[in-house]
Amino acid sequence: MLKILKYSFYDLIRSRWSYVYFLFYLLLGFVLLFLNNDVSKAVITLMNIIIVLVPLIGTIFGVMYYYNSKEFTELLLAQPIKRSSIFLGQYLGVAGSLTLSLVLGLGIPFVLYGLFKSDAIFDFSLLLVTGAFLTMIFTALSFNIALSNENRIKGFGYAVLLWLFLAVIYDGLFLMSLIVFKEYPLDSFSLAATMFNPIDLSRTLILLKLDISALLGYTGAVFKQFFGTNQGLIISMLMLTLWTILPIWRLVFKSKKKDF
Amino acid sequence: MIQVEDLYKKFGKNEVLKGLDLNIDKGGIFAVLGPNGSGKTTLIKSILGMVVPNKGSIAVSGISIKKNWKYRHEIDYLPQIANFPGNLKVKELIRMIKDLRQMPSEEERLIELFQLEPFLNKKLATLSGGTKQKVNIVLAFMFDCPLLILDEPTTGLDPASLIHLKALIQQEKNRGKTILITSHIMHFVAEVADEIIYLLEGKIYFKGTIEQLKTKTNQTDFEHAISAIASTPTDA
Repeated sequence: MLKILKYSFYDLIRSRWSYVYFLFYLLLGFVLLFLNNDVSKAVITLMNIIIVLVPLIGTIFGVMYYYNSKEFTELLLAQPIKRSSIFLGQYLGVAGSLTLSLVLGLGIPFVLYGLFKSDAIFDFSLLLVTGAFLTMIFTALSFNIALSNENRIKGFGYAVLLWLFLAVIYDGLFLMSLIVFKEYPLDSFSLAATMFNPIDLSRTLILLKLDISALLGYTGAVFKQFFGTNQGLIISMLMLTLWTILPIWRLVFKSKKKDF
Repeated sequence: MIQVEDLYKKFGKNEVLKGLDLNIDKGGIFAVLGPNGSGKTTLIKSILGMVVPNKGSIAVSGISIKKNWKYRHEIDYLPQIANFPGNLKVKELIRMIKDLRQMPSEEERLIELFQLEPFLNKKLATLSGGTKQKVNIVLAFMFDCPLLILDEPTTGLDPASLIHLKALIQQEKNRGKTILITSHIMHFVAEVADEIIYLLEGKIYFKGTIEQLKTKTNQTDFEHAISAIASTPTDA
């Protein structure tokens, strides 16, 4: 598996898009820091961008890479290599290089700005960790979609729809249900609903770590009580891990049964 | 070498293999023939483990291939359409496959034979179909495996390379290897094959030498014998 990972990783590191992605974050980091002049504020702005952009890039890169490396995969399948190694290696190559672009692209400007002397270091690390999780989750989901769809256009469409659903539509439905059922106590419902969407989960996790949760009202207080504690943090991280492991597991499972 | 028993495979509603039995226990060149869609590639891909059969068993060198991947160390495979990752150079591709297989290889001789030196530093996406096929052949022949599977090896080759290819196949046969070939070029098959395996409707319809085939169909010409075989009542 490590060899496949190595080749996929090098392949991606050499490709133009990894640099574009890396440079984008580098530029974003510098611009935000110099406009805001405040690490904490920059973290909030970054969060809003990362929460939407990272899943989108993960989804699109995942689908594109899977379909583009189809020939490579077929070549590998005839070699004495385990099937699960081929797919896991490719997946980790994509997710790894995207995570690296994210962490380095944002890390460099913040470190240069003096992150280690500021007290926002925990918030910033949390931002990078959730960013990495979101990359892993959405790349795994998109690999799953691509594996189940021979037709590229369909696969691409489903992947983008999935992103759209989790990033936008889910929130809409969530809000509507809150309005429709406003007569009832909704705190546990909203907690659960947040857990079932990795994007919402990441957003809430970061927001509540920053000291702006006072703006969120009663439900915010419930959330703060939950996410603000270490226990909440651990449970959220477990949920994100589960969100990562389940698609990877399905990927391995499905790849064993597929005909090429 | 290869034992296939009662192999069934369907893609959706399309039943491709319907209880195929095949036993190859000695070296030599076996041509897998049959009309389009008769299951040749599916059979080959099943042996390679790329297609998962619905029913039946396959063993290579006496080892069942189910949930096993190490047996592919015994197989060299030449795919039908040479599809390679386009952004790799020829040299890098060869190095990568060597690295993945970790076996002694003799690619220099083959590169020289097919005059591929000028292309070594070119990206695979820029190569012509015939050159790609040559690279494909180098990759398939550079290791020393007891089983060699060639799916349409002649596609796109110029006459000189075709002669080299035939010589290579003979060489490998003389080393005692088992070679499975599919091809639609009957002259090529008649020239190289020791035995014919004729697939029809997902089963083996005929297995034997070219002479046996001619007697069976009362034809003197191999190409006519092949096209006549499907209409001959079977008694084998």
